[in-house]
Amino acid sequence: MVYVSGAPGAVTVSLTVNGKPQTLSVAPSTTVLDLLRERLHLTGTKKGCDQGQCGACTVLIDGRRVNSCLQLAVMNDGREITTIEGLGAPGGLHPMQEAFVAHDAFQCGYCTPGQICSAVALLKEGRARTRAEIRELMSGNLCRCGAYTNIVDAVEAVMGAGASQEAAE
Amino acid sequence: MPEGYVGGAQPRVDGPLKVSGLAQYAGEFPAEDLAYGVVVSSSVAKGRILRFDLEAARATPGVVAILTHKDRPTVTTDAESHQDQAAPPGLPFIPLLDERIVYSGQPVALVVAETFEAARGAAALVRVEYEAEPAVVDVAQRRDSAYDPPEKRDGVPPPPPPRGDPDGAFAAAPVKVSGDYRIAVEHHNPMEPHASTVFWRGGKLVVHDKVQGVTNTKAFVVNMFGLPEDDVRVLSPFVGGAFGSGLRPQYQLTLAVMAALRLKRSVRVTLTRDQMFTFTYRPDTLQTVALGAGPDGRLQSIRHDAIACTSTYEDYQEAVVNWSGLIYACDNVSLSYRLAKVDTATPGDMRAPGATTGVYALEAAIDELAYAAKVDPLELRLRNYAERDQNDDKPFSSKELRACYERGAEAFGWSRRSPEPRSMREGRDLVGLGVATGCWEAMMQPHSARATLTADGKLEVACATADIGTGTYTILAQIAADALGLPIDDVAVRIGDSSLPMAPVEGGSWAAASAGSAAQMACAALREEILKHARAMENSPLANAALDHVVFSGGRVARADDPARSISYADALKSAGRERIEAKADFAPDEEFQKKFAAYTHSAVFAEVRVDEELGVVRVTRIVSAIAAGKILNQMTARSQILGGVVMGIGMALHEESMPDRRLGRFMNHNFGEYHIPSHADVQDIEVIFVDEADEANPLGIKGLGEIGIVGAAAAVANAVFHATGKRVRDLPITPDKLL
Ligand code: FES
Ligand code: FES
Repeated sequence: MVYVSGAPGAVTVSLTVNGKPQTLSVAPSTTVLDLLRERLHLTGTKKGCDQGQCGACTVLIDGRRVNSCLQLAVMNDGREITTIEGLGAPGGLHPMQEAFVAHDAFQCGYCTPGQICSAVALLKEGRARTRAEIRELMSGNLCRCGAYTNIVDAVEAVMGAGASQEAAE
Repeated sequence: MPEGYVGGAQPRVDGPLKVSGLAQYAGEFPAEDLAYGVVVSSSVAKGRILRFDLEAARATPGVVAILTHKDRPTVTTDAESHQDQAAPPGLPFIPLLDERIVYSGQPVALVVAETFEAARGAAALVRVEYEAEPAVVDVAQRRDSAYDPPEKRDGVPPPPPPRGDPDGAFAAAPVKVSGDYRIAVEHHNPMEPHASTVFWRGGKLVVHDKVQGVTNTKAFVVNMFGLPEDDVRVLSPFVGGAFGSGLRPQYQLTLAVMAALRLKRSVRVTLTRDQMFTFTYRPDTLQTVALGAGPDGRLQSIRHDAIACTSTYEDYQEAVVNWSGLIYACDNVSLSYRLAKVDTATPGDMRAPGATTGVYALEAAIDELAYAAKVDPLELRLRNYAERDQNDDKPFSSKELRACYERGAEAFGWSRRSPEPRSMREGRDLVGLGVATGCWEAMMQPHSARATLTADGKLEVACATADIGTGTYTILAQIAADALGLPIDDVAVRIGDSSLPMAPVEGGSWAAASAGSAAQMACAALREEILKHARAMENSPLANAALDHVVFSGGRVARADDPARSISYADALKSAGRERIEAKADFAPDEEFQKKFAAYTHSAVFAEVRVDEELGVVRVTRIVSAIAAGKILNQMTARSQILGGVVMGIGMALHEESMPDRRLGRFMNHNFGEYHIPSHADVQDIEVIFVDEADEANPLGIKGLGEIGIVGAAAAVANAVFHATGKRVRDLPITPDKLL
């Protein structure tokens, strides 16, 4: 692919994406989201608004959920990014991905990678205990198809499974 | 027959792809030679472009072209060539046609560059000088110029003629109500912005389009650019929501094709979220409903008048008022529907177009009538139950609405409702319970499908229809798996490709019934083929078996009376020397049946709200939606369809509002921060009930579910707000300011 070789001030960033080190020359205005989608062809991370208002672009940066459309690539030099593709793939899905399928927690699927990344981080944050808290803490992830109740079911199921596993240990 | 997949709760067959990010949407297909187009939108609502200053944009490194009306590939300007399957009467909008500006946000230039960043940066540097004229975007300002659309839109029935003496009956009615209702402009806002990626392949085009029907996009591109049929293929395997916004090909498609043809390379154009407010929307409609009834609440007169906005260049129409002559029994009815022109893009079909709007007004008015007559709102609906379609004077093909009322009321606990407004409280919250009826037409369209069985025992069904989140992949797999008695994992479904057997756009809730019937017919034809080969085998145990004496199960065809006598599909194919066999079928709705019966889906929606009296904040704490929609193919995806409709109904009742700036002639709040759609925190408990309903409009008894979930939902919430507060807000959304 042709990149604007003469682009003024193109900068080099090094990132680890889904465990793989990547070094790229990008325009300073390149967001993490566009880098993932257009340069690395990791299109599982979605662009719903490009302005931090929908959560479709949620990825994990150093384990924390972040709207990748609001992050310039250059600000994240040296960081570790996990996208939906890094969580699991058909045949070896992450428990949260499995739960989304089992609870029909999506329709068109466009908000789904963001919801799943957000939910995975939510469980790690450990702040949500009730359905109301899941709803509150997932509210940065919009779903126009209205799969909300099923998403909460899926998150709750994984949370419950985690809790009972902890209890058993 | 062992129990099959149809009717069960089958997880989506495309689920694993969607949850792992591997499902690819229109703006995500990569190409070696890809260039990026960014649209420049008009900042005035009406007038003309005087000049462009493109110097700075052109000087941006990486920019390869800037298309404007002065510099673009030729398109056919003949109106006929721009019609698409969902076009209303009029002259469709053509981007970059000439210097005229007809609405705010209209595309005026496309900047194409090697990278998205370069295109975005350069687009911001395009300067356009306009000569602006005053624009009107509020339909209320055009009320006096309302007109009866001279040309009716295909597939949209105009209001039926009046029956009885509605004015006289209204005047004489002992109980009457009348009110003006309005719903704020809503934009579809699917999460995936509209996008088209056009692959240039030596003069041929492969178009990845965000659209609800690949055949529509294909015909549009072929006609508009005068290309040979064989040079255009359209793909749309996954669609990130649409709700009607993808019924018509949108302007990013035209621009992407223009750029690809001009540059002879692949081009992607993706709209921004802001630009998602620069084409279709749910039309602003001024409605008046007047109801007259006896002291027992039995309807004596219904009048429903609507004036809906449309653009200056097309007469968009939808059925808004007809529902008021259909849902309840009444002998004196008058309905009217007129249009008024505003300087916006043409409005368009948005989830349950017309019905969502009209049924909201009717169901709010019915609620008002119930209070006026001092009859329980549910009881009043039962007293006026329509046993026959009085608009068309036909019996219903099936109508289990009564069961919806009963089962919904039971699950919801309607009996706990105390009749007086403001009579229920919990803590500092006022509690309100509301009910509404929903209705949508059960439609079908001609569809074709192909079923192919390969020697390894795998089945493929193919049809050019779409899955916009509706579950088409899954229901077709269920139907096909059952028809041939195969595990669902052995069935592959191919849709969203214009080279597949014909299907129109997916809309109007007709896809399941139509594509489903076509798939079933193709599979039935395939069964005959299999049996033919099985019988022809040497010493075949099925030598004389007729089609109705065999069963297809577990990958084998067997005698029904002696299942031990069977042949596997693989052996049947092998002995015939075939790698694959296929069968195609064309489905068309049964016109005789349609002439005889009126076919509709129905719902009863119950809503519970809590209203903070001091802050005016409304929370929807519970919804029960009881649905009568014929055979339910998949309990899981069907339920999701209804959930989605209900959530959008909550948005309509409480949140969604595109606010026009009357001075500048544009929508002000064009982003998710200011145009509020329901979020996780807004959606609590939703219960969906499907009541049994046997229907014979098609062999599977399917009626369709995409729209019915939203119809009536906003009214149920609004009625609950009245019950909680005693305040009747007729203009949606019910924002806190309207309750304080
Ligand atoms: S795309 Fe990043 S929040 Fe919407
Ligand atoms: S599944 Fe379509 S937006 Fe969430």
